[in-house]
Amino acid sequence: MADMLVLGDEALAMGAIDAGLSAAYGYPGTPSTEIMEFLMKQRNAPDNITAQWCANEKTAFETAVGVSYAGKRSLVTMKHVGLNVASDAFINSALLEIHGGLVIAVADDPGMHSSQNEQDSRFFADFAKIICLEPKNHQEIYNMTMEAFELSEKFHIPVMIRLVTRLSHSRSLVKTGEKRSKNPLQKSPNRLGWLALPSLSRKNWQKLLEDQEAFKVYSEQGKYNKLYINPEFREYGVITTGLGGNYFKENSSELPHQPSHLHIGIYPVPEEKIRLLADAVEKIIVIEEGYPLLERALASLTGTGKKIHGKLDKTLPPAGELNPDIIRQTLGLPVKKGIDITIRDLPDRIPQLCSGCPHEYTFKAICEALQECEESIVTSDIGCYALGALPPYKAVETILCMGASIGMAKGAFEAGHKNVIATIGDSTFYHSGIPPLIDAIAFNADITVVIMDNSTTAMTGGQQTILPSHRLEKLIEGLGVLPENIRLMNPIEKYREKNRNIIKSAIEYKGLSVVISSRECLQSIKKGKRNTL
Amino acid sequence: MKQDIILSGVGGQGVLSVATIIAAGAIKQGLTVRQSEIHGMAQRGGEVLVHLRISDKSIESDLIPRKTADFILSMEPLESLRHIEYLAEGGMVITSINPVVNINNYPEEEFLLRQIQSLPQYRAIDAKGIAIKAGAAKSVNVVLAGAASKKISIDTRLLEEAIRDQFIAKGKKIVDINLKAFHLGREAECPISFN
Repeated sequence: MADMLVLGDEALAMGAIDAGLSAAYGYPGTPSTEIMEFLMKQRNAPDNITAQWCANEKTAFETAVGVSYAGKRSLVTMKHVGLNVASDAFINSALLEIHGGLVIAVADDPGMHSSQNEQDSRFFADFAKIICLEPKNHQEIYNMTMEAFELSEKFHIPVMIRLVTRLSHSRSLVKTGEKRSKNPLQKSPNRLGWLALPSLSRKNWQKLLEDQEAFKVYSEQGKYNKLYINPEFREYGVITTGLGGNYFKENSSELPHQPSHLHIGIYPVPEEKIRLLADAVEKIIVIEEGYPLLERALASLTGTGKKIHGKLDKTLPPAGELNPDIIRQTLGLPVKKGIDITIRDLPDRIPQLCSGCPHEYTFKAICEALQECEESIVTSDIGCYALGALPPYKAVETILCMGASIGMAKGAFEAGHKNVIATIGDSTFYHSGIPPLIDAIAFNADITVVIMDNSTTAMTGGQQTILPSHRLEKLIEGLGVLPENIRLMNPIEKYREKNRNIIKSAIEYKGLSVVISSRECLQSIKKGKRNTL
Repeated sequence: MKQDIILSGVGGQGVLSVATIIAAGAIKQGLTVRQSEIHGMAQRGGEVLVHLRISDKSIESDLIPRKTADFILSMEPLESLRHIEYLAEGGMVITSINPVVNINNYPEEEFLLRQIQSLPQYRAIDAKGIAIKAGAAKSVNVVLAGAASKKISIDTRLLEEAIRDQFIAKGKKIVDINLKAFHLGREAECPISFN
């Protein structure tokens, strides 16, 4: 292991193991998935760490909080939008008297490489009033993860580690330290700290507010908040966070004067260090990967008169991810002389469904069944099948968030629309499609829910779904859909005609019907074959 | 010593494995390495791009700044041109001439090859033909690693070791095929000519 390049995600998992981790839970989501995958590979190692995918990020979070109550250290992993799903448990857990260290690893996706937005999880940490650590390289990921568990137990709060795509999916060497043993099984002695009742929550909230001072002291003294003052150069200073720090350093050696520089890796931000920097310069350039969290706080921290340049005044682009070239321009450095050739209009290779993918035949059946309908709406969800929105299928019209297809279909029907179809994958259905299906059952919404069951969480690389496919039909029946309104189909060219008729009869039925379109993901089949070699 | 390499190709061509081989060789030589990849949706049948940075000093950015890459190592001619903005003055494109056509509007092959030929420094090889000669069409990526090996500041023996490490789990035969692919790639001629 010592000489292996590891992903940022893997460095985090290694840090957690060496911190004495007992259990980890999560839901797959690019770019966070490889944290859990690494831990799962260690399952048979002497550490015997529990590492599991859960139905969704909220159940994952709650399970991890349960581990903490029992006294053990736990980790919960997700992508940024997963934290929206877990947010109820997350925000409230900050008011609990966290016992065994609880660390939440969230991987943001600035630039939306594989996501529907680029929300910045640091705002969630700020909202929950907990400590957030933001590493800028692999060694920091490893070290900060170890430290996060210590902080969690010291301050009795969940601690967030914020990763971003370029760190999660970059490889580097990591020096590992000494491994700490696991916590003993010993539940929290403080029962009143674990009951979210209004009377107790008022006290716990007060305590959390008072503890902010201690968090600030930690941040002020923390080695990841590094201040350099150049008293000889006052024109401007730079504050960076996360990868912004690397992109600044990549370019700064070419600057005629080294500006005073504060790099921030610990939140809440070190206010005193910010003031010291502000006092030493005329204006401040803020380089942060994500939304302008720090920049918004700066005006009130530095007082009037200091000009602040960043994303708010569009010195840096407000959207998308940073890179060394953007920062080069921000610093006023000349464009490098590269090869003098531009080649225009090269066609993009749009991501597409694998040739022969089961989804292809489900979409064909839907499109063909709807051909004779005067009006129709097809909603969809998060997964490979979102590619059904693109040509040649153009089969689906809406994508919002995990599980939204079914509720949206019900809403469209209740607004008065006919022939409404929701398309959703099996993993997404288990994740958050069940409650909206219960809504649809309760009001017998005249919609057709097509569950595209490929027995895997395909988009993120084929993680096992929480339940096996053969239990899906019974589950839906158990929720209250009549067996005659559950139709099964095998999405394959051979049954094209038959499948079209199945969808058609489901649409024609006046009331809720569910179609389960089942065939294993081609990538899973390949992977299975590889694994049995 | 510092070398910045852009690796490109299409999902399934083994771009990540080539990056891993070169990176492993660099580590064996005691160098600092950063290898930045994109996983997930962007990979499904689409373009794959890896930033690989090798240095005897510390490396700050995971991403290579534009106009500074020492070379672009591509598994495919269209992809060899896509990231040309990263190439430094004096940088080189090393690519396979064998197209992967999975889109309707794929450019004329001759157009792509002419573009490559117009670059100040390039090495375009029939990686597919060479891979088949070595014993496995899949080893196109290792052929290209071989083609790049003369330019990479890593001891060839260390790259060979990295190839062995990479494929040893699949048996000696696969290791031998890939070592052969690597050497044939290293010595390969550049076949394109429109003069």
